[in-house]
Amino acid sequence: MQQTFVQPEFRVKIDYDKCHKCGRCVQQCGWGVYDFNERPIPHDEKCRACHRCVTYCPAHCITIEKNTLAFRDNDNWSTDARKAVWKQAETGGVLLTSMGNPRPYERIFDKLVLDACQVTNPSIDPLREPMELRTYLGRKSDSVAVEPNGTGGFKLAGSTGLERNVKLDTPIIFAPMSYGSVSLNVHRSLAMAAERCGILMNTGEGGLHEDLYPYQDNVIVQVASGRFGVSPEYLQRGAAIEIKIGQGAKPGIGGHLPGEKIDREVSSTRMIPQGSDAISPAPHHDIYSIEDLRQLIYALKEASGYKTVGVKIAAVHNVAAIASGIVRAGADYIYLDGFKGGTGAAPQVIRDHIGIPIEIALAAVDQRLRDEGIRNQTSIIAAGSIRSSADAAKAIALGADVVAIGTATLLALGCHLCQSCHTGKCSWGITTQKPELTRRIDPEWGAERLTNLIHAWSHELQEILGALGVNAVESLRGSRERLRSVGLDEQTCRILGVKPAGL
Amino acid sequence: MMMKPASVAPPAGVIEGYRYVAPSIERNGDAVTIDATGVYYQQLNDAVRDQIAAGAKTITLSGVNGQRYIGCGLRVSGVKVEVQGCAGNDMAMFGDGTEIEVFGNAQDGVGNTMSNGRVVVHGDAGDVLGYGMRGGRVYIKGDVGYRVGIHMKAYEKLVPVLVCGGKARDFFGEYMAGGMLVLLGMNTRDEAQPIAGSFLGAGMHGGVIYVRGTVEPWQCGAEVGITEASEEDLAELRPVIEDYATAMGMDAAEILARPFTRIAPMSHRPYAKLYASM
Ligand code: SF4
Ligand code: SF4
Ligand code: SF4
Repeated sequence: MQQTFVQPEFRVKIDYDKCHKCGRCVQQCGWGVYDFNERPIPHDEKCRACHRCVTYCPAHCITIEKNTLAFRDNDNWSTDARKAVWKQAETGGVLLTSMGNPRPYERIFDKLVLDACQVTNPSIDPLREPMELRTYLGRKSDSVAVEPNGTGGFKLAGSTGLERNVKLDTPIIFAPMSYGSVSLNVHRSLAMAAERCGILMNTGEGGLHEDLYPYQDNVIVQVASGRFGVSPEYLQRGAAIEIKIGQGAKPGIGGHLPGEKIDREVSSTRMIPQGSDAISPAPHHDIYSIEDLRQLIYALKEASGYKTVGVKIAAVHNVAAIASGIVRAGADYIYLDGFKGGTGAAPQVIRDHIGIPIEIALAAVDQRLRDEGIRNQTSIIAAGSIRSSADAAKAIALGADVVAIGTATLLALGCHLCQSCHTGKCSWGITTQKPELTRRIDPEWGAERLTNLIHAWSHELQEILGALGVNAVESLRGSRERLRSVGLDEQTCRILGVKPAGL
Repeated sequence: MMMKPASVAPPAGVIEGYRYVAPSIERNGDAVTIDATGVYYQQLNDAVRDQIAAGAKTITLSGVNGQRYIGCGLRVSGVKVEVQGCAGNDMAMFGDGTEIEVFGNAQDGVGNTMSNGRVVVHGDAGDVLGYGMRGGRVYIKGDVGYRVGIHMKAYEKLVPVLVCGGKARDFFGEYMAGGMLVLLGMNTRDEAQPIAGSFLGAGMHGGVIYVRGTVEPWQCGAEVGITEASEEDLAELRPVIEDYATAMGMDAAEILARPFTRIAPMSHRPYAKLYASM
């Protein structure tokens, strides 16, 4: 057979003078890079640069380097583009990859800065003053009436529907990642952390494993086109229900969990046979219009006792009009997922070239709903590469009620963004179902790290609010006057509703 | 038992052609009749849930005229709901154990994402029946619409069965992943149509479709194999047909008197070779 043209991307270098020959690297590598013959011998071509061996080598004698093999320079044909053609010529396959879009598109969040208070409007010291991060997910009523409470004061009259909102102690939730794409221990870690932080995790489209039932009040259950794991009991258990229409990393593309990843536990949670492909087609075949979507939203409400029902869509062109339809269809929240969001598996060409940035989509949707006078009828969750509390604050200022984080949570659990989740061999035990790998995540340890992350970002959000002179995160929502652009073009500024710095 | 929705002040007046009124209910032991004439679906379905909670075993809904979500999300067994009239969209959606019999037609989405239970419709039904259905039985007497049995799936002992007595339109059994779909072409209102439309079993990767009569290869997806049903297949099909015939008051022998075509996927992993890992 013909040799492959695709040379190794990395070089695994071992300083054998320091090496203890303990074999730990062999055991740690999920991709089987190492052979052991008196000392570890790496096969560079299998290395994904996940740094698991590097982290666990007691002698610190492993380095992973980029294979700097010289190619003749060509601005038009990057090395990656050449490798992709070779790979496809060899396999005839659609190139499959994972995690978020790595291409150098403009990062709008990085060109936005938050304002701060000085003399005329004093800032607030979050260490001394109460700073409210609590927020609620769901539809707010159009109007409220009050009546005397009998002791000289007033109380809300009748029901407002607000009691069905889901309370969040901080405006950050965990993004949907299905059991199947990630391991059960990852799901356990997420659920425990969500409970401790007073926030939500999201099942993704893989059903709810029994072990998570105790955390059901902190779980959004997702209903995707494949309807995996969806039963009346599942709908009853979630704190809220989410219809997944699209995903930022692969708008217009269905989900596909390869048969290799469907082991016994995944099969029982999804309620499909072991080893068969789990295919979620791109469309829900019972949704071909906004009216159909409304029908599904109300079917879910009828089946669940009128729980909060949200709709997740990918950020795409014309998203504002779509969002308006979704609100009118009765969605209690809209989950907007930008094109830099992560994924367990996607065709590379889709991940890297389809969709639009979350910043633009978010601002456009928030503005449209305000213009139409229906912004109160829904909450907006923004996601798709929220990398820090600063991104979160900027997203909220652009109009989000809540942000969802996926990749950041996996990083907290050890992920090194090697973009190889689709292989099912994650050395960190995150995106795999191999028992010898999944046990690398202890749920208690994972929950602690995730809780730390959410607490850290929450403290930072309080600091930001203090600097802005507001004492509640809900006062920042949609407050684009507090943002300025540094270096964004006029058109983008106009869509974002943000002035350039200096004005 | 499901939670009752927190009460919301009902909007005044007429909603989408229905009144927002409590339906009138007659009780006779554990048999209950609810008059659905002009009643908005929320109150109708509330009333059904209330009556089940109060111990009703047979619930007759009279005067049904397109109300949606009848039996949606019901998780009960040993309760039978009889529908007099035309059942609206998404009847028995997310159903788990309930028995529903419709004396009339049903609209779209019957048995959508149903986990278990039994639905009998003595008339025609619309589109997307049994979408993602993973257990229970749905029997339709007459013709059905488009996208019927899409993404039906099976899991261990949960094997859904959907039998359509008339003809079907396009995409019958598309993406089917498990269970059994049967198409008889008998009680049809449209003799001129072929028994099924195009894209039959397109993307199918599990389960089996039986058609009483023949289908042409051009009508089917590329992923399926088409054969005449063997004795072994008929052994699997016969009890289903007998049960269906009993429910519909038809003659099983007459149904089985003609040969059936069996349509089944050639692979459980249709996309296994589609991708190359980067
Ligand atoms: S883990 Fe480090 S010290 Fe141990 S064998 Fe591997 S390279 Fe050598
Ligand atoms: S894939 Fe990861 S664990 Fe394996 S050799 Fe490369 S860096 Fe080390
Ligand atoms: S989850 Fe694992 S496989 Fe996926 S990018 Fe992170 S380290 Fe790599």
